Amino acid sequence: MQVYLDNNATTKVDEKVFEEMQPFFCELYGNPNSLHSVGSATHPKIAEAFDFLYEGINADDEDDIIITANATEANNWVVKSVWLDQILDGEKNHIITSEVEHPAITAACNYLEKKGVDVTYLTVNEEGVLEADAVRDAIREDTALVSVMWANNETGKLFPIKEIGAICKEKGVLFHSDATQAIGKVKVDVQDANVDMISFSAHKFHGPKGVGGLYIKKGVQLSPYMHGGEQMDGRRAGTLDVASIVGMGKAMQLATNTMALAYEQNHVGMLRDKLEKAILKIPDTIVIGDRENRTPNTTLISIRGVEGESMLWDLNKNGISASTGSACASEDLEANPVMNAFGSDSELAHTGIRFSLSRFNTEEQIDYAIEKIKEAVERLRSISSSYAYTPKNHVSQLEHN
Amino acid sequence: MAKASLVSGSIWDEYSNIVVDRMNNPQHQGHITEEEAEAMNATLIVADFGAESCGDAVRLYWAVENGTDKIVASKFKSFGCGTAIASSDIMTELCMGKTVDEAVKITNIDVEKAMRDTPDVPAVPPQKMHCSVMAYDVIKKAAATYKGVDAESFEEEFIICECARVSQDTLVDVIKINDLKTIEEIIDFTKAGGFCKSCIKAGGHEAKDIYLEDLLKETREEMERERLTTMANAPKEDKADFASMSMVQKTRAIDAVVEEYVRPMLIMDGGDMELVDIKEENGNFDVYIKYLGACSTCSTGSTGTLYAIESTLKQNLDDRIRVITL
Repeated sequence: MQVYLDNNATTKVDEKVFEEMQPFFCELYGNPNSLHSVGSATHPKIAEAFDFLYEGINADDEDDIIITANATEANNWVVKSVWLDQILDGEKNHIITSEVEHPAITAACNYLEKKGVDVTYLTVNEEGVLEADAVRDAIREDTALVSVMWANNETGKLFPIKEIGAICKEKGVLFHSDATQAIGKVKVDVQDANVDMISFSAHKFHGPKGVGGLYIKKGVQLSPYMHGGEQMDGRRAGTLDVASIVGMGKAMQLATNTMALAYEQNHVGMLRDKLEKAILKIPDTIVIGDRENRTPNTTLISIRGVEGESMLWDLNKNGISASTGSACASEDLEANPVMNAFGSDSELAHTGIRFSLSRFNTEEQIDYAIEKIKEAVERLRSISSSYAYTPKNHVSQLEHN
Repeated sequence: MAKASLVSGSIWDEYSNIVVDRMNNPQHQGHITEEEAEAMNATLIVADFGAESCGDAVRLYWAVENGTDKIVASKFKSFGCGTAIASSDIMTELCMGKTVDEAVKITNIDVEKAMRDTPDVPAVPPQKMHCSVMAYDVIKKAAATYKGVDAESFEEEFIICECARVSQDTLVDVIKINDLKTIEEIIDFTKAGGFCKSCIKAGGHEAKDIYLEDLLKETREEMERERLTTMANAPKEDKADFASMSMVQKTRAIDAVVEEYVRPMLIMDGGDMELVDIKEENGNFDVYIKYLGACSTCSTGSTGTLYAIESTLKQNLDDRIRVITL
């Protein structure tokens, strides 16, 4: 049996999304900017897709949602344009973000640090959450941008975006949130949350890869990232990828309506909890972060004595896809910053396994996964020097719960 | 290489079948008890080694036959990734039947080669080579425990790149002989830095006492000093006249030597210097200089570079010259 539990990495394209995209490859293939009917024939579906995108995040018609290649592009655009617009002219020189952001933010900020920009990387608390007060305390006269993720990709923990948004609004600082892991899992309302910009990627909510978006509130100044034609009102040049836009629109519609979010919360959340509880019955396992304010599909678990990559190996052999933040599994060999940010013991940083579910997972799959996880833990602990000879608690727990 | 790296797949695809097999079914995992060792007329040795940075750990058990020093049984436990488990299993197997002195000669390269399916294809991807080093290190720990000595005593050379086992002395020689200027050239010539890459610069997977970047910089500086010294040692005909020169002539003479020998070297590293003053003090000629550009913040400005400048002036003008930086 194949059980895909790595939906925070990417998701399968919903067949309804795939169907919507198909006509735009060989039939409705015109360039939307062309002055002929082959091009203009694409317009109705593009307009519909934009309606879905605007509705999905409750954007105002006066706001912009610019199509990008992915959230990484959108994140880079925000950080680098703030540098171009506000920092290079000497007006401001400070950016605030968190230690646990996606590399699309942290690596872009690291790059700007080399250019002389002062970046504050705020730490998360013991729940794995960035506190709004930490943002308030970090804001300075010369702060140009606060960029904080909506939901953490590893733990699923939700950050207090509305509170942070209110602080930024009060202080007059531009506020961006990477909402890549939030859309389709929890309600993302840009007006309610006081955000100036959010980034997202279609492939995280059962849309196609290679397309994403940047929401920009009306009046927010942001230099174009791609100069060229006049597409996207001159804010992001390049011939529109109609099929991808249509696919992302449909995916957004399917993922963000009230019923879909309720299903995510109830059905997906129930499966996640079942998985989590079953793993917690194994001695010496810890779930990172409590269930409060967590995306319903995600659980990050430490299984003492079981190194992350070897666990993935065994799971993969049994058709189960998951993810690890273990240093050994990544190509650059650096330990996952999210695991390190918890400041827990060093073994924990190498035992984390992330299971992220989707609406396509079934209870049967979860039952199968539980059985195979138990087998893998038993086998790897029998080999493990760490588990055999280090003191243990023998009691599993939801961390800080 | 470029195209392959653009479409790189899962690192697991690069594991040999032996690694896969040993990961799935390690043959020698387990432990040896005191009673079991005794029954074999052997001494039980237990050694632990942990790689702090990646969190991997291995425990090695040996039953060493009394009187012969032969390892008659060998087992392991390991907390680590697939490569760590597979290489620990192979390492344990390689120890079997060897004396402690023979076992201590097993390197991580031997362990990796023993895991290859075919002689020319590496058993693991480059970034996983460090996992085989752990298996090698625990042998040293076990042998040291058995012999009652320090594990470092088995290491005759200071190893910079543990994956490729390249020593500091070898690297310095290769850099000098081949006039290597970049890390890429070092990797091409020695393979050092070509695997897990931790030894290239700080901030990687393993913390090191010295990195290739530092070693290259220091060796290049040493080469430059050697070049200057050789140049300075070349005979000069008008050296004896310096003491009888007027102050203006002395200034010009020093400037000329600086211009010919010193400045080109400093400019190469983004620095420069200027002559500030010359004073005669107790029969010496004290030459006061000021560093400019990169020289003003260079760590060798008051040591190696200063020595090179002073030697050059002494050799070309007068042995009584002393150079003082401001």
